[in-house]
Amino acid sequence: MAITEKIPASGLIEKLPGGGVFLTTTENIFKWAKVSSLWPLTFGLACCAIEMIAAGASRFDIDRFGSGVFRASPRQCDVLILAGTVSVKMGNCIKRLYAQMPEPKYVIAMGNCAITGGIFCYDTYSVMKGTEELGIPVDVYIPGCPPRPESLFFGLMKLQEMIRKEKNAAR
Amino acid sequence: MQPDKIFSLLKLKFSQATQEGSCGAVVIPRERLLDVAKYLISSELSFDNLHCITAVDRQERIELVYIFFSLQARHNLTVKVYLTPDDLKVESLASFWKSADWFEREIYDLFGVTFRNHPNLRRILNPEDWKDHPLRKNFSRSDFIKKERY
Amino acid sequence: MELPVREEEKNIHSEECYMNMGPQHPSTHGVLHLELKLDGEVVVDSIVHIGYLHRSMEKIAENRTYTQFIPFTDRLDYVSAMNNNLGYCLAVEKLMNMDVPLRAKYIRVIAAELNRIASHLIAIGSFAQDLGALATPLFYCFRERELILDIFDEICGNRLTYNYMRIGGVQFDLPDGIDKKIQDFIKCMRSRIKEYIDLLSYNVIFLARTKDIGVLLKDKAVNYSVTGPNLRASGVRCDLRKDEPYLVYDKFQFDIPVADKGDVWDRYNIRIQEIEQSLRIIEQALAGLPEGNPTVKVGRIHKPPAGEVYLRTESPRGELGFYIVSDGSEYPYRLKIRAPSFSNLAVIPELIRGVKMADVVSILGSLDIVMGEIDR
Repeated sequence: MAITEKIPASGLIEKLPGGGVFLTTTENIFKWAKVSSLWPLTFGLACCAIEMIAAGASRFDIDRFGSGVFRASPRQCDVLILAGTVSVKMGNCIKRLYAQMPEPKYVIAMGNCAITGGIFCYDTYSVMKGTEELGIPVDVYIPGCPPRPESLFFGLMKLQEMIRKEKNAAR
Repeated sequence: MQPDKIFSLLKLKFSQATQEGSCGAVVIPRERLLDVAKYLISSELSFDNLHCITAVDRQERIELVYIFFSLQARHNLTVKVYLTPDDLKVESLASFWKSADWFEREIYDLFGVTFRNHPNLRRILNPEDWKDHPLRKNFSRSDFIKKERY
Repeated sequence: MELPVREEEKNIHSEECYMNMGPQHPSTHGVLHLELKLDGEVVVDSIVHIGYLHRSMEKIAENRTYTQFIPFTDRLDYVSAMNNNLGYCLAVEKLMNMDVPLRAKYIRVIAAELNRIASHLIAIGSFAQDLGALATPLFYCFRERELILDIFDEICGNRLTYNYMRIGGVQFDLPDGIDKKIQDFIKCMRSRIKEYIDLLSYNVIFLARTKDIGVLLKDKAVNYSVTGPNLRASGVRCDLRKDEPYLVYDKFQFDIPVADKGDVWDRYNIRIQEIEQSLRIIEQALAGLPEGNPTVKVGRIHKPPAGEVYLRTESPRGELGFYIVSDGSEYPYRLKIRAPSFSNLAVIPELIRGVKMADVVSILGSLDIVMGEIDR
């Protein structure tokens, strides 16, 4: 029974043989909580937003990662999934939204347009060439045009890995 | 109604109307635009749907293209007005067809054509404090990267 | 019911407040910014700000060959990309006086109608979500949409931005076994539509939030150049697939649903009925699919003769028009995209004057706009 039981947040928490007692540190508990409840902001700009909604729908269920709670207010979110093309008019709004999010906050740049402008990098006068030009720090880049929902999950899992390896979890 | 019949009706009323060769569009001088609009909406032609207004920058002139459809009579008409690049002012059709409102704002934003008597002539797609008119052929900016052609 | 105003209340000083709705908002279907002037809960006036997704597609078109621009048309109305591809390819083919093989026409009709169903599913799902039914209708609609996207994945390799149609036909022929999958889907979809009507259409709360709200009268709709299901809900019987048939639509039998009131419920109901009609068209197209080449072998660089063309097609949101001016070279001289949602959105300040804040969301959702094609 003890051997086949799955250990939660494997690697962080050790189960002592015999069942019933777990050994861990508070840092690991915080990290486990952070990783399993990354709440995104409802911020789809363009085509990638439809794939983000599809990732939240029933076939690709983002709720199993704990991230199914999309909040509308930036004050209640952990992660900003920047999905779609960033235009010049929108750039100020995104900076303000990022500033309104409370720490700890993370940014996932989803789609080619959010990374470097995508197919809209030439011959455009009104497109910011991705988050590079925007100036907000990004944690995970997910390429694709649009990336499949499975890619979004891979990016989310990379973010979770990154958070697990953080030095100071209690910030 | 066939395009030739529509053009002949227009020519009877407005003698300065001419027909452009390739596509059958009717070219009218800019001073008669309001009269033509009044005729198109109220007469038996009954063009009740102003489907699209656009502009083409042909270097020596800027063409304004108005595309009309009629839901009752099931016919269409394209009207063109030629403007010279140093005098880009024309009357607005927003009082006849409300759909002209946003189309004219877009042309003002992208080409710099000013529409007189427009209810709300402001930029619509670009930020309001911008200075350029991007869709002109002589548009250039330092951060505008062109892709090489074949 | 109006309560009598007490004497003390007559001297209370009240002010109107300005509130921003968007560009980041859960119910504004993209990056739309509405500036509302509110008197309590009632909207007194509003200003619409768009342009937050302006990607300068028309300037891009002047520096791309005709085939190179096809992926950009996908990103216009990203929810129904096949219809945009179709409109653009038809316009260029008319400019070049090119005729496509019959098999290509049938395949194009099947792809366009499947995408119409997918687009209406998103419209219905997100509309019901905005009204407060949270996730349930959205998940039901996306469940069906995933079936359609599986079919598209097999046909052309992508889920959202297909880049499937080419000037002269379509890119690949239909793979083997796809007609059985499409027929299974049609059977499944028919039963699911009954589910939607049972669960949503006559629900008491849904009716209270949608009946007699946002009434768009016929004359106003025509004057604002509103097209598509919104116009048909206001009583005008106008559908380009019947009035000016393109491709092979004149060979199929289908009805045009028309309502008479023009309120939010009518606009929603028209979309449900249009899904049924699209299923009929796909069935007939599959039954009559001829053998042959799916495309004309014309190479990748096209040089249409100098001239101009304006062609409109019936996309799920209305009449999508492409105005192309060619100067004889491989690059278009001017390309103008007439997006249906652009004119549909211009009606909003009139429709939301005098309604409560909650009805604004309902009216906006029923118009079914996509910011990608408004801002281009």
